[in-house]
Amino acid sequence: MSSGGVQPLAPWRWLGVPLVQVMIATFVFALPFRFWGMSLPEPVFALPVVFAWAVIRPSMLAPLGVMTMGVYLDFLWGTPTGLWAVCLLLPYGLVLGGRAMLAGQSRLIMWAWYSAASALALGAGYLFTMLNAQNAPDPISVGWQFLATVVLYPFADRLIDLFEDADVRFR
Amino acid sequence: MSLRDNPLGELRVPLTWTAGIVFIVVLIASVAILLSDRREAFDTDDYGRPRTLSDKVMAPVGDALSTPGRLTGQGVDGIRGYFFAVSENRRLKAEVKDLRQWRDVAIALRDTNERYRAVLGLKTDPPIPMASARIVTDSRGPFANSRLANAGIEAGIKAGNPVMSENGLVGRVVGVSEGVSRVLLLTDVASRTPVMIDRTNSRAILTGDGGPNPKLEYLRGQDPVKSGDRVLTSGDGGVFPRGLPVGIAVKGLDGRWRVVLASDKAAVDYVRILLFEDFTQVANRAGLEQHTVPPPTPGASTLPPPEPASPAPAAAAPATSGPATPSAKASTTASPAPRSPAAKPPAKAPAGAAP
Repeated sequence: MSSGGVQPLAPWRWLGVPLVQVMIATFVFALPFRFWGMSLPEPVFALPVVFAWAVIRPSMLAPLGVMTMGVYLDFLWGTPTGLWAVCLLLPYGLVLGGRAMLAGQSRLIMWAWYSAASALALGAGYLFTMLNAQNAPDPISVGWQFLATVVLYPFADRLIDLFEDADVRFR
Repeated sequence: MSLRDNPLGELRVPLTWTAGIVFIVVLIASVAILLSDRREAFDTDDYGRPRTLSDKVMAPVGDALSTPGRLTGQGVDGIRGYFFAVSENRRLKAEVKDLRQWRDVAIALRDTNERYRAVLGLKTDPPIPMASARIVTDSRGPFANSRLANAGIEAGIKAGNPVMSENGLVGRVVGVSEGVSRVLLLTDVASRTPVMIDRTNSRAILTGDGGPNPKLEYLRGQDPVKSGDRVLTSGDGGVFPRGLPVGIAVKGLDGRWRVVLASDKAAVDYVRILLFEDFTQVANRAGLEQHTVPPPTPGASTLPPPEPASPAPAAAAPATSGPATPSAKASTTASPAPRSPAAKPPAKAPAGAAP
């Protein structure tokens, strides 16, 4: 077997396309629509992608993509610049560090890991916001955003399925 | 072949390490950006060029993307109005009948109010000009509640301007550029708004927490608020004019007093931005600080006599005899928007004004 025939995973496929999709989905959900008097939920669409990127393979570009998504969320949502970048990078680092443990796990266990990563991101956001604004955010609102984000795991699962075996060096 | 025997396995280590190093560098950079953010100041200068630029890009995109939804909503409203015209007509007739009575009361109160103003020589606020805008994006998360409105500097909007819907106060402008303004909602975790309870004149600070009902903090006095009390802006601090409707006080599940916002009665799609400037904003503060206070002339008759140690005999007197003494005159002129004297008897005002 030689490495000459190995096709490296093109970054635009597993990093670029999901990044743009996250940006579009987040923007659409930030439009002032109301259905039957209720506004749309505000899930963190970036979290499934961040989780999947960390599971698929280590990358030098992925942290930059995570930071880009975070800064974009800050500009769109009006949070302090850097808040979401930090909140997304923390679970990315956690999952990247525990990647060996995640290998071969069932979908349910992966979902539990994803939930833990989401909880870490929102917990960090809670803490930083509390320190920055000197006022604790409403835990119920944080809980709703957590639930709205956790149900997005199938998107992460789909991304993992598509690209987990794409790079033979990280099988 | 086992994993360890994989001939490409040795490539994993350097890439993993470099990926880890890049991750740490990016994390440090992000923390540095977060620590250097000056959002808490909410000044125009600190709003930052990147935010201004992103707002300018996002506003037209949001406006274009929300157009189909807006048109659909208007169409649905039109169809609903067609089918429910009879019941709507009945409801409006009952409302008009009720409002006619209020119109007569309002005319009588306005007349009384004008006479009081003439007698007391009160200086009231001039009418506040307004700019209309449409909301184009809306963030509702627990860590930020803000909206972009499609009117900016060209409409005379400045940072700090209050923003209202047709039902009540929505928030204030924290960033403005050409064609777009960012509105910080009352529910934002960083929002603090000086308010008062209409019934008791008690002051409080309305503090957002990312939830739908902001908290009433720093309430003072014995039973200053009860469920159902109307909450208005107090005008303290000069950011908001006095008397803008904010909402209704309710007791939250956590035992705290909270406010059901008046602006939540309907979707906030169009807003009015009040181009409000109070005295502290209009005055040239730098110029005022350069003036030195002249030394008092010893023995001059214009100096106020020293305060006696015993309490004043009638605490309610200054409210009714405003122009008689210089100090009382100053206090009435500084008041931004006096509430109708007919609705609140003068004897009650001083007790509630200082909770």
